[in-house]
Amino acid sequence: MRPLHPVSPGIRTVLGISFFVLFVAFWAWITLGGHVNRIFLADPLSMLRDGWRLLVEDRFWLDILITIWRVFGGFLLASVVAVPLGIAMGAWKPVEAFLEPFVSFARYLPASAFIPLLILWAGIGELEKLLVIFVGSVFQIILIIAVKVGSTRRDLVEAAYTLGSTNNGIVRRVIMPANAPEIAETLRLVLGWAWTYVIVAELIGSSSGIGYMIINSQSRLATGQIIFGIIVIGLIGLLSDFAFKAFNRWLFPWSLA
Amino acid sequence: MSKLLIEGVSRTFAGVRGGEPVKALMPIDLAVAANDFITILGPSGCGKSTLLRIVAGLEAPSEGRVLLDGKAVTRPGPDRGMVFQSYTLFPWLTVAENIAFGLRERGLPEKERDEIVASYVDLVGLKGFENHWPKQLSGGMQQRTAIARALANDPEILLLDEPFGALDNQTRGLMQELLLGIWERRKKTVLFVTHDIEEAIFMASRVIVMTARPGRIKSDVAIDLPHPRHYTLKTSPEFSALKARLTEDIRVEAMRTVQAQPA
Repeated sequence: MRPLHPVSPGIRTVLGISFFVLFVAFWAWITLGGHVNRIFLADPLSMLRDGWRLLVEDRFWLDILITIWRVFGGFLLASVVAVPLGIAMGAWKPVEAFLEPFVSFARYLPASAFIPLLILWAGIGELEKLLVIFVGSVFQIILIIAVKVGSTRRDLVEAAYTLGSTNNGIVRRVIMPANAPEIAETLRLVLGWAWTYVIVAELIGSSSGIGYMIINSQSRLATGQIIFGIIVIGLIGLLSDFAFKAFNRWLFPWSLA
Repeated sequence: MSKLLIEGVSRTFAGVRGGEPVKALMPIDLAVAANDFITILGPSGCGKSTLLRIVAGLEAPSEGRVLLDGKAVTRPGPDRGMVFQSYTLFPWLTVAENIAFGLRERGLPEKERDEIVASYVDLVGLKGFENHWPKQLSGGMQQRTAIARALANDPEILLLDEPFGALDNQTRGLMQELLLGIWERRKKTVLFVTHDIEEAIFMASRVIVMTARPGRIKSDVAIDLPHPRHYTLKTSPEFSALKARLTEDIRVEAMRTVQAQPA
């Protein structure tokens, strides 16, 4: 095969799907063929049966909705705080010097380790779930945006100055629009991470959500349900990622033209 | 009175990691008359771009000062329009919005902006491309937009830093004629930096030749070729004589630059 040689869209699709098929086939072979103990791993068919029962009888779609709400709520909260801070840090070096060391430190604090504290402070209600996602996302968003904004093309800034821009005008009409697509891409990336935080938050001190269903199924050895829950998370993540991507494309046609 | 006065302007860059400071520009004196088209010609790295950036206010001189209409230059401003060698159109704005950028920053009402933009779109021959993104344009079209953007502010002086340096030869020739045509019709004080001898002669009413680093003015040559100038001028005997003379001047400096570099 020639390195870096592009592949046609049709072949790309076929190859992409065929790995899914192989993966499921292998899964079916080791489970239905009796190569692993059914207690530890359900086969694809009973996974689907369990999933159907969950949705129809156990009102699992309510759990799905509540998890989605938590992810987007916490993520929105983090974005509202982090985007302006990140822009400020990238644009004004004293602000960066003031906040960067702390934010760099804080980003390595594991969000999941905060759960016991957050439960003490905020109880086991919705606020605590939102805060876990907030803590997990906010520092990441701040830092990535600060770096992107800090590397704004200097020649564009200089051109704007020679056209009469004030310092304020540079930030609002050069730095912000120049980095808007990158900021949106950052948010898309971090939204993906928020999905892992929400499940952790729901595994501890929760009575609803996909994570709760998963931990609940574990005690009943319902591996079919667990796998179904994991797949649902993956599908929703994939869908929201597609939607986010399409939204970005619609919002910033100039960056792709 | 001179439109632009450069008085004893020099620039020294601090040494890297405790090294010797680097002298980029020896003290330079230059007086530019209103509506003059001055080209600054010099070998690469001679500090000609630094000089232009100091006039623009994007860099501060180590010594000396720059006066525009008698006022000292301390920072960049819309009275000194600049066109860069790199493509500096704002990629998130269309051609028309790019040209309107300076007008918007100065708070002109939209109606007035639209009229001015339309006239400059026309001037640089970009009718029909008003709503294109910069990415959709060729290099020559991007630089034409950049020239229109700088001119739309009606600056006192137009500064151009090798604006056609990244273009292919044919496009470059057409761009020279376009810019010269605009200057012949609209009269503007222009400072144009280039390392291309033909370009320097063709465009200028006066060519300033700079020495190798640290740059100073080596010669100051008036170009009395008649206007309007046509591209066929480039093959005339007068043009060739000027070219021969400046080629000699520049060659000596280019040799010095090459020899100064460690092998």
